[in-house]
Amino acid sequence: MANLSLRNITKSFGAVQVIPDINLEIEDGEFVVFVGPSGCGKSTLLRLIAGLEDASGGDIRIDGESVMQVPAADRGVAMVFQSYALYPHMTVRQNLSFGLENIHMPKEEINRRVEDAGKLLQIETLLERRPRQLSGGQRQRVAIGRAITRDPKIFLFDEPLSNLDAELRVFMRVEITKLHERLGNTMIYVTHDQIEAMTMADKIVVLRKGVIEQVGAPLELYNRPLNTFVAGFIGSPRMNLIEGVVETEANGTVRFTASGLPPLSLPGSGASLKAGGKATLGIRPEDFVLNPDGGQGWPATISVAEQHGANSFLHCTLANGEAILVHEQGQSKVGRGDTLIVGPRSGQWHLFDADGLRVEVQ
Amino acid sequence: MSDTALPKSPASVRGILLGRRGRGRFDLTDMLTYGFLILGLLVMFTPVAWVVVSSFKTQANLQEFPPTVLPYASETAVIDGFDAPLPLFDVTQQDGRKVRLAQVRRVGLNAQMVDPADPGAKRIVVPVVNAVPVRQVRLAVENYANLVAETGADLWRYVYNSFFITVVATIITLIMNSMAAFALSKYRFAGSNVALVSILSTLMIPATVVLVPTYLIVAQLGLVGNLWGVILPTVATPTGVFLLRQYMLTIPDELIEAARMDHASEWRIFWRIVLPLSSPALAVVAIFSIMSRWNDFLLPLIVLNRREVYTLQLALNSFQSEFEVRYDLLLAMTTLTALPLACAFIFLQRYITTGIASTGIK
Repeated sequence: MANLSLRNITKSFGAVQVIPDINLEIEDGEFVVFVGPSGCGKSTLLRLIAGLEDASGGDIRIDGESVMQVPAADRGVAMVFQSYALYPHMTVRQNLSFGLENIHMPKEEINRRVEDAGKLLQIETLLERRPRQLSGGQRQRVAIGRAITRDPKIFLFDEPLSNLDAELRVFMRVEITKLHERLGNTMIYVTHDQIEAMTMADKIVVLRKGVIEQVGAPLELYNRPLNTFVAGFIGSPRMNLIEGVVETEANGTVRFTASGLPPLSLPGSGASLKAGGKATLGIRPEDFVLNPDGGQGWPATISVAEQHGANSFLHCTLANGEAILVHEQGQSKVGRGDTLIVGPRSGQWHLFDADGLRVEVQ
Repeated sequence: MSDTALPKSPASVRGILLGRRGRGRFDLTDMLTYGFLILGLLVMFTPVAWVVVSSFKTQANLQEFPPTVLPYASETAVIDGFDAPLPLFDVTQQDGRKVRLAQVRRVGLNAQMVDPADPGAKRIVVPVVNAVPVRQVRLAVENYANLVAETGADLWRYVYNSFFITVVATIITLIMNSMAAFALSKYRFAGSNVALVSILSTLMIPATVVLVPTYLIVAQLGLVGNLWGVILPTVATPTGVFLLRQYMLTIPDELIEAARMDHASEWRIFWRIVLPLSSPALAVVAIFSIMSRWNDFLLPLIVLNRREVYTLQLALNSFQSEFEVRYDLLLAMTTLTALPLACAFIFLQRYITTGIASTGIK
């Protein structure tokens, strides 16, 4: 078990700079998820930590000691690959024990660890099979088991669930979370799926183009996204972002006007808001109120009403042609072509300035 | 053609032999395919069959013109009063009756015959034109017995030399080629492409062109008349390197990274991961190597200059001298020499087809 610290990490492949400059502290025992769209450098960052790639600059410290010059095998990290990377010609037992044999561990100790990992992951009956005789979920378990037998300080997972079907993914998500609770090791998990990030992480690191956009607990990111990128990325279905102009009014309200729409008066005053400045208003689908009491809101025409049974998702078009998504609890009475007035729930909206950064509104 | 001829299972021999395009009638493409295959079979297999059949003909039968398809031998009979068995003839007498007589000797256009049923009677003089030898299909297996008897212990020495060269050279070829292929496929280093291209460019130089330089080097190393002088010059083959490299490119890098994280040394990765996974390609290279080494003639001819180090192919050559060609022995030995390769092919053809298909080159 160990804490990990990345200091001024940079990485370039030839002329292409993948990671400009990253600083990150990961505490002992944390479950950290790197999330971001494909090509954001999250896998590269993981491979830098693993030692499979060399950083172009900066320092990686595990337990306070620099591991920049330490080969991958000696860093005390174990990696679960996206493709599982099981040795196809070896049995599950050989797969699990290969790494231990390489460090000349006594046979009894190897057997004990393999049996323990097998029991922990419920693969003890599969030990004499070869990977191709296993299902996707079983291969996944073997890949995790191979990491466990090495008893690493830090587990690294590179999109481990992306090759599984939806149902199994939900199941393995819970399994990995339980595993983390049982083992208590530091785990770093890379995914592009924000649901996985939200459900598993102690701490989420949102990356875009090699830059950390925000670090924080899942709900912190959900409730207070620092910029429009995080706001749009975290949460499913995604937040509605409407561009407009903002004016601060004297009586402590913010007046937001999107072109072609009636202005909205939102309670609160933003310190850094400039009157007449461009801004983006973010409202999550579940934070819309239909036909609010005060009558304040935007008229929206429903183009598609999706009934999920417990929830309804209303795809609407605003008067200015912009599409928004509204989430209504329960089964909706409205149908296609109906026009509603939609407005934000009090206090459940996010304002971003012209640069896309969050504006705190009291 | 009835539908009953359709193959039930594509894997059965019947299925392979009677396979047709689609399900219905005998198509034009079927005719063309079978026609082409049968033509190919005739062109390639007839000479082989001719050699094998001819190896069972007596020397006299071999020198006949026009040649006979099947091996024939004159029938003989042991007759009282004569030491050697006498050849039998069917003789048409002047009155038109046919009798079977044994020939004692031939004088000019007449032959002296004796009736086998009545050996004590007077010799009968018969014109040769009226006598037709009595012949029967008979396998002259004594060719093989004579071969063993005449060459004696030397034969086993030739067999040993050929086997030694083939086996040792193939093993060394596999090791050398696979190591080069591993480096060229899995390591990123400056000049890897130059190395690959220069290895491949040696394909453009015919072996006969470098024969003399090769001999000079072998001579300088003192390996003339030594089996190693044949083994060493061609242990690295460009086709082998290329074929193995192409195959190794298909082994995922993640496997090697996983092994690296499992504390496996590069040497161990090569032996335990890459080589076992390349076995189809290794089988192809092995088969090519076995074929070329076993059939190799030119290099052994100039390097191996003493009878004790002759290979089978050189021994074959020694059956034809300036003055006579021992066709009976030559053909018997040719058949024997081809047998090991034929066996190797029958057992390894599965690997040849899968291996060649999976390496994507021919």
